Amino acid sequence: MSATTEAEPVRTTSAARPRRRLTRNISAKIAAIPMVATALVIFLGGTIWTVVYSFTNSKLLPRTNFVGLDQYERLWETSRWIVSIQNLMFYGVMSLVFTVVMGFVLAVLMDQKIRFEDTFRTIMLYPFALSFIVTGLVWQWILNPQFGIQGVVRDMGWTSFTFDPLNNPDTVLFGLLIAGLWQGTGFVMCLMLAGLRGIDEDIWKAARVDGIPTWKTYVVVIIPMMRAVFITTLVIVASGIIRLYDLVVAMTSGGPGGNASQVPAMYVYDYMFQAQNLGQGFAASTMMLLSVLIVLIPWAYLEFGGKKHG
Amino acid sequence: MADVGMAMSGPRGAKPKRALSPRNIMLYGILIMVCVYYLLPLWVMVMTSLKGMPEVRLGNIFSPPVEITFQPWVKAWSEACTGLNCDGLSRGFWNSVIITVPSVILSIAIASVNGYALINWKFKGSDVFFTILIFGSFIPYQIMLYPIVILLREAGLYGTLWGLVIVHTIFGMPILTLLFRNYFSSIPEELFKAARVDGAGFWGIYFRIMLPMSLPIFVVALILQVTGIWNDFLFGVVYTKPDLYPMTVQLNNIVNSVQGVKEYNVNMAATVLTGLVPLIVYFVSGKLFVRGIAAGAVKG
Repeated sequence: MSATTEAEPVRTTSAARPRRRLTRNISAKIAAIPMVATALVIFLGGTIWTVVYSFTNSKLLPRTNFVGLDQYERLWETSRWIVSIQNLMFYGVMSLVFTVVMGFVLAVLMDQKIRFEDTFRTIMLYPFALSFIVTGLVWQWILNPQFGIQGVVRDMGWTSFTFDPLNNPDTVLFGLLIAGLWQGTGFVMCLMLAGLRGIDEDIWKAARVDGIPTWKTYVVVIIPMMRAVFITTLVIVASGIIRLYDLVVAMTSGGPGGNASQVPAMYVYDYMFQAQNLGQGFAASTMMLLSVLIVLIPWAYLEFGGKKHG
Repeated sequence: MADVGMAMSGPRGAKPKRALSPRNIMLYGILIMVCVYYLLPLWVMVMTSLKGMPEVRLGNIFSPPVEITFQPWVKAWSEACTGLNCDGLSRGFWNSVIITVPSVILSIAIASVNGYALINWKFKGSDVFFTILIFGSFIPYQIMLYPIVILLREAGLYGTLWGLVIVHTIFGMPILTLLFRNYFSSIPEELFKAARVDGAGFWGIYFRIMLPMSLPIFVVALILQVTGIWNDFLFGVVYTKPDLYPMTVQLNNIVNSVQGVKEYNVNMAATVLTGLVPLIVYFVSGKLFVRGIAAGAVKG
């Protein structure tokens, strides 16, 4: 992350006396006020504020009536929250595995010196330009039991054919997954393709000289070499999954059966802005923050901590 | 893929001589099938929106319309009901326009100055603020939602257009600042130093040297922000009032409203309409879009 340029122009003009410290580069500092304010007040201050208020019993308005871990105890006793976490874990693991595997396989296929590469890529990536609301509504329509895939197959004669993931609590997450994968795999494919293109061609030559089969070269040589790309992809995909909200709102509104496809982001929104139970919302969002940190800290340590020593 | 004959044609090798080798048939077969999966929803969406309701009920969602009608589009645009009013998606469209335009301009203006200051005018702690900013982009928005509500309320901007513009500027800042910072770091430092020697100041260098040299990255940022802000749902719901709801929120209200008979063709027309702006941006921008998301994804 270290910058290549280190220009401190004024350093040459004056022997920085403390009194002038604040006023030197004054336009630069004024220009940076929005960034500093966003970083300190919103990102840092806002996060700390929410964490602190998660220990209060705020209802309609935030109040500093501290009640210890009460909100967290209540949170983990609420079945809706438990279901939300389970759903997110299941969806998250499935989504991570499938996007990364499919994204990588597609990237490998695209890297075979094919014709019309731009056309293929354009087609695979366009869903990524669409919002989760549009994605969710289209797939809700395709998966419509009466008119969608199930209806079409039944009309063709298989009258007992059943494919109605969105209205069955056991399968609703797969319905979400179909839509989520459609939207996101193209993006992962692009990241992976960029990674594949970054690999030195001599590696391929060496593997060919040694007579290693292509598939084995990918597994044994290329994938380990693309470690950084895989880790970056995992972090991006994972932090997106934790935010999962719009897609569920559009496809199922958290249903069927009340909470079969609830996710944490939905719990937070409902408690903060609908049920007027701010304390619960703050506690739930703090748990979300915690889960992101579990992903983020090891990554940041690997990516940036390692570099400083190397 | 592993047979000896093909061993010389790895991904970078010479093109295989025979166009219809078994390997190629498999390769293109798989790719074409994948493309069918990707294109199917677009096809279904457009076809459904061009059918009348009787045909939707009787026909197959995958088949093209027997009789093309644009009535669903007209209805989705100007008559569809959201539960609050019945003037269609046009309201949401114009709301999204007046939200997106100032948000895009403001967020790019601020982020480009940030990137410039971070590279050429480092001050004490500037990298710390930048690191916080980058970390902030990974933190779930949910944790910052309420503090921002309070700040906007104090400023009298909660529920207004400008409140939402500020929110978009804030949350677009990490990624855009990273984008500009990385780009500006590739501009030779000598240029900057020469301008300094000639007496140019902070804004002089920004407007007369940095800006003209970085038009491509401004286009990338523009693409990123227009699609991102147009597609936003959460901030629209949280920070605006119903008469200012952006198109995505209104679309969801139209399609998922429980009352009345479901008009699937109108719903699909509304969905296509909402997806149209980002799709046009995507198809027009082509490779720049890929560059934008790659730049957004890969850390500096």
